[in-house]
Amino acid sequence: MAQLSYREAVAAGIAQELRRDSNVVFIGEDIASAGGVFKATVGLLEEFGPKRVRDCPISEQAIIGAAMGAAMTGLRPIAEIMFSDFLAVCWDIIANQIAKTRYMTNGQFSMPLVIRTANGAGSRFGAQHSQSVENWAMAIPGLKVVAPSTPADVKGLLAAAVRDPDPVLFFEQKSLYGTKGEVPEGDHVVPLGKAKVLRQGDDVTIVALAAMVPRAVKAAETLHSEHGISATVIDVRSLVPLDTTTIFESVSATGRLVTVEENPRLCGWGAELSSLVAEELFWDLEGPIVRVTTPHIPLPAADSMEDAVLPSVERIVDSVRRLAD
Amino acid sequence: MNDKIQNLKQDTRLKLYRSMLECRQMEQRAYDLFMQNLVKGTSHLGLGQEAIAAGFGVAMRADDYTFCTYRGHNHTLVRGVSMTGILGELMGRDCGLMRGKGGSMHLTSVEHGVMGSYAIIGAHLPIAAGAAWSAQYRGTEQVAVCFFGDGTTNIGAFHEALNFSVVWSLPVVFVCENNLYMEYTPIGDVTAVANPAADRAAAYGLESILIDGNDVDVVYATACKALERARKGEGPSLIEALTYRHHGHSRADPGKYRPDEEVAMWKEQRDPISNYRARLLELGIAEADLVAIETETDELVDRATEEASNSPPPPVEIAMTDVWADGSSSWRN
Repeated sequence: MAQLSYREAVAAGIAQELRRDSNVVFIGEDIASAGGVFKATVGLLEEFGPKRVRDCPISEQAIIGAAMGAAMTGLRPIAEIMFSDFLAVCWDIIANQIAKTRYMTNGQFSMPLVIRTANGAGSRFGAQHSQSVENWAMAIPGLKVVAPSTPADVKGLLAAAVRDPDPVLFFEQKSLYGTKGEVPEGDHVVPLGKAKVLRQGDDVTIVALAAMVPRAVKAAETLHSEHGISATVIDVRSLVPLDTTTIFESVSATGRLVTVEENPRLCGWGAELSSLVAEELFWDLEGPIVRVTTPHIPLPAADSMEDAVLPSVERIVDSVRRLAD
Repeated sequence: MNDKIQNLKQDTRLKLYRSMLECRQMEQRAYDLFMQNLVKGTSHLGLGQEAIAAGFGVAMRADDYTFCTYRGHNHTLVRGVSMTGILGELMGRDCGLMRGKGGSMHLTSVEHGVMGSYAIIGAHLPIAAGAAWSAQYRGTEQVAVCFFGDGTTNIGAFHEALNFSVVWSLPVVFVCENNLYMEYTPIGDVTAVANPAADRAAAYGLESILIDGNDVDVVYATACKALERARKGEGPSLIEALTYRHHGHSRADPGKYRPDEEVAMWKEQRDPISNYRARLLELGIAEADLVAIETETDELVDRATEEASNSPPPPVEIAMTDVWADGSSSWRN
């Protein structure tokens, strides 16, 4: 085990795959010489050279198109889109081309590629550099969607994403880049589609993703110590495929579900999960399903406002208390 | 270039003639099948533009990559793809290239190097660049050829792909088929320059190449040169080939926005196939050889039509397959 930051785990995960398979290549803007604007890819150019770690122009369509063309012809590219907001610039190639080509061609192509991107708020960057857009990706059949919350999962899920034969959108939460954790050395792979139970409780199941995971854990601690409420906390980790088995098992036992989502309210991943639970576990529920989300607004830049609108530990605690009372 | 054209082998010329004719007859049949309601949805025909697909098809190496548009029936056929598979796909039959899951606008046959027909304008230019990058990385000397219309030169992906391909010196040939109309609008009305691709080549440090896309010998010779340049590692080319579509943009479009005399001129004086036939006769090729090709082509189209018509619709269960590499469409456990 090594103590790594979330951003160091990104570089470690990419390096592990570049070392393992000569068909893995990595492209993006400022990722090679500069080591990434978030310094998450430092050292890769030096170790693997400009043939495999390659800087691109500010051309998101070219970057993602190139990744697709390469994936169709034998390579396993990792492409970086600097901010997830910029996915909108190349969304045609992701949503219309990458996601659908295997299906439309009756399985003639595989599309083994990974699009890494810095997602989410907390950096006071305003509405065009702070969005949580994992639900955009989740809405498109043919895309796998992953969002790790810890350095160990960054490395392990990134490895699984690169080795997966299908396209994976890999959302790194930019406010987590500085967080630290134990990361296994050597080959470390965390399978896609497995949620992780972080804490077991009897009264309520709190399901969270990415930056909302540490907040949910903190809220569970407060609920336990100050209010005598015992909560299970689950890190979804992968929205597609979705580990309904693990989540349903817990919700069946606790009878209560609270989702904590950074995305704006409408059509967030929690809405899909709520609908599944309402449809399939209705008779196990002891209360309404509660969604804690960012309101349905573009994100404000000022720190006071940004902090106020994102789901906070206090808001999670209050929501769970109202449900459990 | 002229020497190259004059020295073309008879065998090559007959291949070019056969290839154009197969395209023409297949698409004429596709039109007839549409009128009989046997082809559903839409259909974008390349009738009149066959010389570009054929010239490149004959020039390309078997393992080169083709990327084309929704107007891609001909580019697909010229790579050796089964006509039954193409007509079957148009008709939504089980024998279709993609068993009906793609349709007219998405013909693909990876085993023939046909890497897809793309129906969102511009998308396939960067994708073709990616395939070329892969060939460069793997050192295979394969070339990606990317066909698109004049309207594509005004979308961002065109410019991104050109710049990217030049900067990385990729083995890709971009072929703009300028048929003078961006869907229903004359391309000149909506474009800053007279030659939408050729005039922009300089912006990417490329040679400006403007050719008669209805002269298959010229297309073939231009294709050979660009393919060789790419294969030798000298980078991409951008070719603008002037042509004209005999029909409207798609089945919904009768093409009324075009002056009658313009349409008549292109059909009567600049048809790539009848002009080429006349040239072959002038060059001393026996008419009997051409008639044999014409008869064989007619038989091929009839046979393909019959096979496709006799093929059942695909089982609806396959609608739920092949979203993922494991063959499934499952998104949860």
